[in-house]
Amino acid sequence: MIIQFICRAILLGVPLLYGSTGEIVTEKSGHLNLGIPGIMYVGAISGVVGSFLYENSCGNDIANMNPVLAVLIPLLCAIAGATLMGLIYSFLTVTLHANQNVTGLALTTLGIGLGNFLGASLINITKSELPSIALTKTSSFFSAKLPFADDLGWFGELFLSHDFLTYTAIIIALVVSFVLNRTRVGLNLRSVGENPATADAAGINVVKYRYLATCIGSAIAGLGGLQYVMAYASGVWSNNAFGDRGWMAIALVIFALWKPSMAIVGSFVFGALCNANNYIQGLGTETQELFKMLPYVVTIVVLIITSMRKKREHQPPASLGINYFREER
Amino acid sequence: MDNKIVKTHREPFFHVVKRDDMPWWKAWSIRAATIVIAFFLVGFLSMAVTERGFGETYEIMFSGVFGRIFDGRTTMLWKYLQEIAILLCLALALTPAFKMKFWNCGAEGQALVGGLASIICMIELGPKLPYPILILVIAVTSILAGAIWGVIPAIFKAIFNTNETLFTLMMNYIATQIIAYYVYIKGGGSNVINPVEYGNFPTVGNNKYFVNIVIVVLITVVMYIYLKYSKQGYEISVVGESQNTARYIGINVKKVIIRTMVISGALCGVAGMLLVAGTDHSININSVGGQGFTAILMSWLGQFNPFIMVVMTAIVVFLRIGVAKVADTALLNSSFSEIMVGLVILMLVGCEFFINYSIKFKHNKKEGNA
Repeated sequence: MIIQFICRAILLGVPLLYGSTGEIVTEKSGHLNLGIPGIMYVGAISGVVGSFLYENSCGNDIANMNPVLAVLIPLLCAIAGATLMGLIYSFLTVTLHANQNVTGLALTTLGIGLGNFLGASLINITKSELPSIALTKTSSFFSAKLPFADDLGWFGELFLSHDFLTYTAIIIALVVSFVLNRTRVGLNLRSVGENPATADAAGINVVKYRYLATCIGSAIAGLGGLQYVMAYASGVWSNNAFGDRGWMAIALVIFALWKPSMAIVGSFVFGALCNANNYIQGLGTETQELFKMLPYVVTIVVLIITSMRKKREHQPPASLGINYFREER
Repeated sequence: MDNKIVKTHREPFFHVVKRDDMPWWKAWSIRAATIVIAFFLVGFLSMAVTERGFGETYEIMFSGVFGRIFDGRTTMLWKYLQEIAILLCLALALTPAFKMKFWNCGAEGQALVGGLASIICMIELGPKLPYPILILVIAVTSILAGAIWGVIPAIFKAIFNTNETLFTLMMNYIATQIIAYYVYIKGGGSNVINPVEYGNFPTVGNNKYFVNIVIVVLITVVMYIYLKYSKQGYEISVVGESQNTARYIGINVKKVIIRTMVISGALCGVAGMLLVAGTDHSININSVGGQGFTAILMSWLGQFNPFIMVVMTAIVVFLRIGVAKVADTALLNSSFSEIMVGLVILMLVGCEFFINYSIKFKHNKKEGNA
């Protein structure tokens, strides 16, 4: 029961982990990308479209499908779609100096619309009676477990039974954490986010760093959308099912105090909080609805506590949300 | 030697310069041109998706907004005005906060709790109170509920400088879950509350939208005067420009932040009341339907000027209804209109660059360098 609860929490937490790792990379460059919810939608739907086309080209026989291609095509589609969205955001905010909050929110509107529209169009094509499309075959490749996981009892279930995108998420978060804190690139990136004018004077290409950070961050976030569809929802896309996970990912950035390694723990805590209502005995449906607000309340509490303590290493990047214009220093 | 140095330091082909004030007619002709281009782009994309002709696409778009029949009693035009009114009310509510550089992303939640207060009054007090008092109670409680929801993040912002963007964002979801809880109790597990017959706004000549629209028109005018001519409006703009300046000239910044968010939240509460008591007579978690977020964009595109906001909301609601109609009639998902709205807003956001900055191309400086 407890093992099952933890596994479920991890499964629920992984999309948030992708989203918040991506957002941390972006925010470290000084850009508050509120387009993440839309970008995750686009990542998810791009992956769905990719695997839909591939499944259709293979016909009905699962044996025809090449496992490598079945995983690779949605993966690349998701990354491409999300990166494109990141590119739009960075073009508008970095090159055209547009307001970041406004651009991000417009991008979220665009992305959610795109996801629902393409999703509904695919549902139309399949002429399915349910308002969803099922890519169970592709999903089976995505959620393949390690072969010996079941033999190892609770240990296997807890640590080895997850889909590969879960492990990828943790690896990406650790790599991002390492790059940010231990390499020159990371140092440069952080300085761009803290004080772009100084970074510029030191010869760091601010524009390049901000573009790259936003696009890479978006690509990572897009994978979160893909993981949700392929592993959590077992390959079933239905409109609006992804819900507000994108906003939670942004909240998680604060919860994790801009540290990707903290985001790993944080995402699993969030996953557990999201899921707690299903595991507490004797709750009516109406009380469950109240319990679903737990992750948001916790985020607010963390937000307040970090702002009260005012510890220097717990603060957001100093120029977060401010565009850099060289002639305005 | 000289030549070599010149070659290694390749100057950029052009550079960007901040413009001083562009004459207003020039700025607005750029915006108008963007809107026209966006309008045609939307048309062409719709044509591509629906495989319809040029004339037919626009005919459906316009008839979807201005057409005759809607639920047998009112015309579509009234529905259009109503949708403008709600979005505008939310955008107006956010404007004082934005002018103060307080990113209130919580219009959704503030409107929802306003609506929740309305529906609770309608259900619990409806049968007990006479109609005029009931309406009064609904108005007071909705405004209070919205104000409280808005002022909580403001208090923390004022005292601890807590990030308001995320705080208000989270408050939205807490509001959503409270609504889900209430709807579940009152709807008997069906996720729907049947329309309540008490405490509905009066209809004028069978037109149930008229009162809403009048209220929002009044708010628009009052907000314009408040921001432009009142002392408080001036304080808001000083705090928005520079908190240090505000402190220096003796403005109590904390008080201004809290007071402004009370106003902002209260007006969002009014929007919630207009939706629940004035329109749906019921509530669900999608009652506001993401308009709280669109309102942020509207307020910003309106340059904090209520009358420009009217124009912007009119354009966006036109696209929302018209394009949804185009998509619907072609059996496509009406989310297509969301894509178009997002696209148009991104174009409008982008076009501000050409108003605020100018591109200076590098002139041929060979003679000068030699």
